[in-house]
Amino acid sequence: MSKVVENWLYSKEHEWVEVLGENRVRVGITDFAQNQLGDLVFVEIPQVGDEVTADETMGTVESVKAVSDLFSPVSGKVVEVNGELEDSPEVINSDAYGQGWMIVIELSNPDELSGLLTAGQYAAFVEEE
Amino acid sequence: MGNNKEKELIFEMSKKGRVAYSLSECDVPEVALDSVFPAEYLRQTPAELPEVSELDLMRHYTELSNRNIGIDTTFYPLGSCTMKYNPKINEDVARYAGFAKIHPYQAEETLQGALQVLYDLQTELCEITGMDEVSLQPAAGAQGEWTALMMIRAYHESRGENRTQVIVPDTAHGTNPASVAVAGLETVTISSDDQGNVNLDELRKAVGPKTAALMLTNPSTLGLFEENIVEIAKIVHEAGGMLYYDGANTNAILGITRPGDMGFDVVHLNMHKTFTGPHGGGGPGAGPIGCKKELVPFLPRPKVVKDGETYRLDYDIPQSIGRVKAYYGNFGILLRTFVYIRANGPVGLRRVSEEAVLNANYMMRKLAPYYDLAYDRVCKHEFVLSGRRQKKLGVRTLDIAKRLLDFGYHPPTIYFPLIVDECMMIEPTETESKETMDKFIDVLIEIAKEVEENPAIVQEAPHTTVVSRLDEVTAARKPVLRYRKALQEQAALQEEGSKVNEGVNV
Amino acid sequence: MNYRYLPTTPEDKAEMLSFLGIESVEELFADIPESVRFKGSLQIPAALSEPDTVRHFTKLARKNVDASEYAYFLGAGIYDHYIPSTVNHVISRSEFYTAYTPYQPEISQGELQAIFEFQTMICELSGMEVANSSMYDGATAFAEAANLAVGGASGKNVVVSKAVHPEAREILQVNAKGQGYEVIEVDCKGGVTDLAALESAVNENTAAVMVQYPNFFGAVEDLVSIEKIAHKQKGLFVVSSNPLALGVLQPPGAYNADIVVGEVQPLGIQMQLGGPSCGYFAVKEKLMRKIPGRIVGQTTDQEGKRGFVLTLQAREQHIRREKATSNICSNQALNALAASVAMSALGKTGVQEMARLNVQKTQYAIREIAKLADYSLVHHNPVFNEFVVKAPKAVAEVNRELLKRKIVGGYDLGCDYPELAGHMLLAVTEARTKEEIDALVQGLEEIGRG
Repeated sequence: MSKVVENWLYSKEHEWVEVLGENRVRVGITDFAQNQLGDLVFVEIPQVGDEVTADETMGTVESVKAVSDLFSPVSGKVVEVNGELEDSPEVINSDAYGQGWMIVIELSNPDELSGLLTAGQYAAFVEEE
Repeated sequence: MGNNKEKELIFEMSKKGRVAYSLSECDVPEVALDSVFPAEYLRQTPAELPEVSELDLMRHYTELSNRNIGIDTTFYPLGSCTMKYNPKINEDVARYAGFAKIHPYQAEETLQGALQVLYDLQTELCEITGMDEVSLQPAAGAQGEWTALMMIRAYHESRGENRTQVIVPDTAHGTNPASVAVAGLETVTISSDDQGNVNLDELRKAVGPKTAALMLTNPSTLGLFEENIVEIAKIVHEAGGMLYYDGANTNAILGITRPGDMGFDVVHLNMHKTFTGPHGGGGPGAGPIGCKKELVPFLPRPKVVKDGETYRLDYDIPQSIGRVKAYYGNFGILLRTFVYIRANGPVGLRRVSEEAVLNANYMMRKLAPYYDLAYDRVCKHEFVLSGRRQKKLGVRTLDIAKRLLDFGYHPPTIYFPLIVDECMMIEPTETESKETMDKFIDVLIEIAKEVEENPAIVQEAPHTTVVSRLDEVTAARKPVLRYRKALQEQAALQEEGSKVNEGVNV
Repeated sequence: MNYRYLPTTPEDKAEMLSFLGIESVEELFADIPESVRFKGSLQIPAALSEPDTVRHFTKLARKNVDASEYAYFLGAGIYDHYIPSTVNHVISRSEFYTAYTPYQPEISQGELQAIFEFQTMICELSGMEVANSSMYDGATAFAEAANLAVGGASGKNVVVSKAVHPEAREILQVNAKGQGYEVIEVDCKGGVTDLAALESAVNENTAAVMVQYPNFFGAVEDLVSIEKIAHKQKGLFVVSSNPLALGVLQPPGAYNADIVVGEVQPLGIQMQLGGPSCGYFAVKEKLMRKIPGRIVGQTTDQEGKRGFVLTLQAREQHIRREKATSNICSNQALNALAASVAMSALGKTGVQEMARLNVQKTQYAIREIAKLADYSLVHHNPVFNEFVVKAPKAVAEVNRELLKRKIVGGYDLGCDYPELAGHMLLAVTEARTKEEIDALVQGLEEIGRG
């Protein structure tokens, strides 16, 4: 069973979204996703200042023998990135909801949040997968 | 496999003052290098290449060879790779000075022997595949794929048609969609039916005015002949698409059926598989392509042609896609395969495929009681087993493969094709004797018993190789892709100071 | 005829058929529709015995002129060089040449370590941080460098000097067509890239500036100036370089090149009609995860012992599939091994000495040809082991006459550069003796007069 954090939001592409207030959200991949991917060896995420669009690719995560796209759950501007991931992508495996966070986005369209899944909905969605 | 101590790198054997070369003294009056080149162009720091004696060098590479296995070492049933015996006479011929020491740009009249080899090989591959013309230029199967797709693209464009989609079954090798992408086309994937054939309903839905081609491996990567090939050809051609033959599995059909007769318009061959070009530890190979007359105008240039009794290179092909590889293809490899075709003739080649298929069916039926068959039907030159049963007992196909190493075998191909769970693809080839196959079958049966009785011995395999399982995760996370003398010395110093070094980044 | 590669005896066959419960092998092909079955016998020549094979191919080989009897002054990308005897002995070990790609590292440590050493040697010579396990040849490696630089982005171009090997440029054009980018070619001036033309060709859509060093005419390009032009926009600086020349010349890495590629043939690989040879591909560390092809990395096993594996595989075509920007899925392992043995045999001092000998012999030939009234040297930039000579007659005619003197003459530049009709590109490697160079000069003189 993979973990979810109550009160956070989730996308069907297995990203989590933590609302930080003031139109800002923190984004990462879920515990389920890191488990499916296995040991991560490299992460490519946007840079501060980049614009991201909901449901479009914003980077990639690589395990030894697979590479997967990251899809942005929301649209907006990247205002903070987790620099630690460049050297230590393994923190996503060990702490997907904490140290393994990826970027902070300043939302351009906060309404998009309502289209995301709740923790309960996401848990049910993962169950089906 | 010899001792299992760490093997030093050749750089670590280096000692200033040792040499393993012998160049003649300069016999012309010398000038100062800085009178030839401005000082800023002269190399400041020499490249840190090793300094070893000739015996050191031979011992080093001999020890490396002892840490490797080839077909001459052991049975190598690596599915889809056709690891058949590599005849020694091929190697001898490739080393004749008249073939090894010739330059691609010397005058055609001084290359008549080499051009004849290429011309005759082209002609004979046309006959073997049922195609109208062959180009020997592509350096490998993947390059052949891309070349053929570029030709297909040029063909459709020449007719004013905008066809951009290439249909690829889900059993295809990952290279197919990659080749499609680098040819600027897009892949449409279709699934297979429960017999491992192309799902015809999906194919009918997938074809249309955008269809450029269907790429098909036949026999498929499951080792199964596509029974509906006639219908498939009809569907693709009626939609205006081209039918592409991925020749990875040609070893099953020599003299039995030909891509041209099955309705294929273009084909690539892996000469290092079917025709004994040695695999060389990963290359060089050769990936000629053959095509029907509609595609001939688009073949790469130059072509080798025969005018009367003279062979020459023809560059005058106005609609050619151009050149895909320098010079005329991997001549040295093509020559070896031509020697092989000569050693077999029509009778031998047919026997090759008959016996490759007989061997595969024999092994498949012998192993069927112990491992699950992915598809329970007659196979061609290879077959796919599934380790589902073993997985339930906690042993993965990877573990079984590693356990085979302890018995001195190269394992089969594993985890490909992607559509079969825990799969293991076995291709014995025709050059293996019944005794060799029987011994290997016994070992696989023994391992199946170990899985039931003592799974740990399989899970922890290999036990006898020079290294145990390697840490691929760290290799990819913190890549160390080269040796660095300075860093290495620094690391040694740090270690002396009892400080553990965390590894050297590139 | 005996078939020595087929061990199955009639008894073996009978036993296997009986086990399968069938009468004949034919039944195993019942799934092939009758309408597509091949009837009759393939129309190819009958099998040859081993002695007849030797006879047949010896005869064919003798129809070629080869470098064991002729003095080659022909280069243009493929050269007649010294190959240490050790090379052939190592690559003839069947543990190497009959092995597959090292996908099972436990039983492929030899190949993997050899490639790791090859990568290191290429990094050392090119002055770069990371090299892959090799490419098909120098020309395709060049095109792959452009593919990497463009990276699938739309609306991009690459700017290429016309002093790059014509075949490499032609292959680049085919790649560009495939991946949808533009190739802008820049003229030469005096045998090197025209810097003013280069500067004006580069724009904000330029993904790479690509030159050859030494270039196709043998000349050393001004990499300092070209690097500035390349990096003024965001493009990558790509240099194709003969690795032997880097025994004496500053490596492209020292000029801040982003990608260095080239043809390894001068180091231990037979000419064999130009293939198979071996390309190399080296990059700065920042491009490490974008490099095409295979890469070997160092790691440890469960007991902490050093070992080697194929790594960074997520870049590779069979995983990227539709997103791939390269479809290469092999390397030229055996030729990379040949080159490694040659580089180890030559070593730190030998590679410098061999490079220096190329320069000395070439300079001698230049001085002697300069004395000939009917020939002229048209370029005046420093060269490594090739140079351009204007001949008084058609190059093909000069070469025909030289051939009678057991000399294989230079490359006819008129084939690729109409403005250089009547010009030949001569290569003088360390393999040429003074006597041979003198014979060439004398031959040219006589042919010029005749």
